[in-house]
Amino acid sequence: MNGPELLVRARGVTRILPGPVPVTLVRDIDLDVARGELISIVGPSGSGKSSLLYLLGLLDQPTSGEISLDGQPTTGLGTHALARLRLEKIGFVFQFHFLLQEFTALENVTLPMRKLGRLSPSAQQARAMDILDDLGMAKHAHRRPDQLSGGERQRVAIARALANNPPMILADEPTGNLDSKNAANVFAIFSKLTEVHGKSVVVITHDQDLAALTERQIQTLDGRIVQDGAVSRPDTAQAG
Amino acid sequence: MRIILDIALTHLRSRTRQTLVSLIGVTLGVGFSVATAAMLEGGQVDFERQIIDATPHIRITDEYRDPQLQPVERRFADGAVALRGLKPEEELRGIKNAHATLVRLRELPGAAVAPSLRGQVVIRHGGTDAGVNLVGTDPDAERLVSDLAGDMREGRLENLYTTANGLILGIGLARQIGARLGSSLQVTSPTGQSRLMKVVGIFRTGVTAIDDGEAYTLLKTAQILQERPNVVNEIRIRLADAFTARAVARRVEAMVGYKSESWQEANEDVLEIFFVRNIIMFTIVAGILVVAGFGIFNIISTITFEKARDIAILKSLGFEERDIRAIFLSEGLAIGVIGALLGWVLGYVLTRIVGSIPLEVDFYTEITQIPVLISPAHYALAAAFALVSSGLAGYLPARKAARQNPVDIIRGAA
Repeated sequence: MNGPELLVRARGVTRILPGPVPVTLVRDIDLDVARGELISIVGPSGSGKSSLLYLLGLLDQPTSGEISLDGQPTTGLGTHALARLRLEKIGFVFQFHFLLQEFTALENVTLPMRKLGRLSPSAQQARAMDILDDLGMAKHAHRRPDQLSGGERQRVAIARALANNPPMILADEPTGNLDSKNAANVFAIFSKLTEVHGKSVVVITHDQDLAALTERQIQTLDGRIVQDGAVSRPDTAQAG
Repeated sequence: MRIILDIALTHLRSRTRQTLVSLIGVTLGVGFSVATAAMLEGGQVDFERQIIDATPHIRITDEYRDPQLQPVERRFADGAVALRGLKPEEELRGIKNAHATLVRLRELPGAAVAPSLRGQVVIRHGGTDAGVNLVGTDPDAERLVSDLAGDMREGRLENLYTTANGLILGIGLARQIGARLGSSLQVTSPTGQSRLMKVVGIFRTGVTAIDDGEAYTLLKTAQILQERPNVVNEIRIRLADAFTARAVARRVEAMVGYKSESWQEANEDVLEIFFVRNIIMFTIVAGILVVAGFGIFNIISTITFEKARDIAILKSLGFEERDIRAIFLSEGLAIGVIGALLGWVLGYVLTRIVGSIPLEVDFYTEITQIPVLISPAHYALAAAFALVSSGLAGYLPARKAARQNPVDIIRGAA
């Protein structure tokens, strides 16, 4: 991979929801994500996991603090530049598969490529088929989401997140609705993405067993990171 | 961008029934507005053509628009005393210096001019009397200023030259007094002159007032009958372009001093009704399309609500607010465009159908079918209104949808 070793650098990130009673979602967080790192975030509901993930994914803007992505500071960027960064550098996977229901698996995967417009339509199709094939979904490429099982849909969602070959995948409880076999499968895919393709994957999960599969775990509580490192695998050194 | 259109059309397809209903709304709106406009303007143009054909474009009569100043008033224009019991000078009726006036009028570009003497007579045939407007004219000049020659149902206009005391009657008048070609009628003027005249022609202009109440004879004959030798009390002008009549009439009046009435002025009341009618039509048509716009607004609002999650997905993927706006705006415009195109077809078909309905009226005008006018302007106007209406109806929910924060939607769904 080119670019700096550090993919994400967050310093003093705080997010306060304005309102009659302001709510602090995330307070004063420092976080570095290296290339090729697989990180899990665990923590009770409302502890700021998802908020942190949306901030890292540039879907939300911090009230204060600074986030750099791939060496580029993102503070003060306009919506256009932020959308562009999301399109090129970030792939999202959500708890619910969040596919467009009226489009086939293949069409869902080509969606970000079409928006980016860097490849020819035939190259887009070919690349989408490659990604689906990699995830064992090639045979379902022309099915619509409602003709797929939950695990299959989540794999299509991962394929779509990979469409523009972003350096970072952000997953918000991607296994929340899956049985343990499919959940393990999703984590296996994430491992492969980090180890083979050098992507950084940040994944929120409730499942301590799955979190234990990642090399680095972050625990949040009340909007803060209370623990960062290898919790349940003391033999593994912290990477990055 | 094609992907925007793809998503937009997919949304519309997912709500086929509602989409069809809004589409039908626009189609009917555009279709009926086009057809109504074709009928209204067709009727107006047809009416104007009838008037233009059957009546002179400008009529100069021996009247003044304002009463003439009496000599004493002219002499003492600035006098501080009021003049009471002033008896107007009695003038000989008729256009003074008619010959010189005619010469000057003939110099107007594109103008044909015919002098005539118009006066009341009573025609008696059998036991029936009829008060008739007798027009004394010269057939060769008449030919230039009216379609009387073409309106002849029986006989010919030139027969006036060949038959002494020849008379041409309107068809209604002829029926009323039971006269036919060749009948001899007793014609009496207000001065008491009476003469036996022979019917040499019967005309039908299509304008009831003329067909029921006018007769034509030679100018000379009329002057003798009315005991007004060499007098002309009407000059009729026909122009190459009838629609310049108003301006030309104003110029002519300034030139000759007599009241010069354009056909538009003579029919002001009717033309005003047309104007009001057009305003009413456009209001109704605008109303239909606004209602159609509400239908579009409704369906697109529903879709933005249903597709909130899709909006969040698209935004998380890197789509921008303006992409989202473009999606829903193009949904509205798609309905508008397709509806307008279908509306054009519907409007055209309706116009054709209405235009082929025979009209069986034997009075006033000679319309055999309902007159319609197919004008590109009607189509452009209706489509423009449909597009504005549907664009606005799409834009309002689109703007709201685009502003949604994806994080809120994802949190709500998760």
